[in-house]
Amino acid sequence: MNVADAMRERLASLAPLAVDIIDDSARHAGHAGARSGGGHYHLRIVSERFAGRAPLARHRLVHEALGEMMHHEIHALSIQALTPEEA
Amino acid sequence: MDIKDRIHQQVTGHRVALYMKGTPRFPQCGFSATAVQILKHCGVTDFFSANVLEDADLRQGVKEYANWPTIPQLYINGEFVGGCDIMKEMYHSGELKKLLEAAVPAG
Repeated sequence: MNVADAMRERLASLAPLAVDIIDDSARHAGHAGARSGGGHYHLRIVSERFAGRAPLARHRLVHEALGEMMHHEIHALSIQALTPEEA
Repeated sequence: MDIKDRIHQQVTGHRVALYMKGTPRFPQCGFSATAVQILKHCGVTDFFSANVLEDADLRQGVKEYANWPTIPQLYINGEFVGGCDIMKEMYHSGELKKLLEAAVPAG
């Protein structure tokens, strides 16, 4: 399973209405932080769970859902966490 | 001194603290560079910064301190504000500038 699919599987716990993942790893290849091997991803996720939560809390929900992946497969993750109304 | 105590002292001892990759003049990661630019756009040029690439204990310690897995990390008056995306969102909403202005007296 590739990393994006593994991310989708874990993010299912947030009952998302939409999950878009862009693999940006190629753009960062060779820079200092990329040596560890983890990839750079951009995630756009739409879920009812984000309603009434500030950006910090939304991002924490995403980090929690991704769990250990944040420390291994994912080196950098840019997150856009929206409610259905905002999307 | 324990790394957590050191971080606590740094973030509470400075109004604005940024943990980043590289330095404000020579950021070594696009996200860290963006964080510095946002602070500058908010009129904050004098802030505490620490380069986590030079200190593996600090790099790991700061992730545990804030329970936040990535760098950069911004703290205002000892409180964790967020990483690059959140800084961007709060910059565009005007919230970050307000927070910084309240923390850093003008002049």
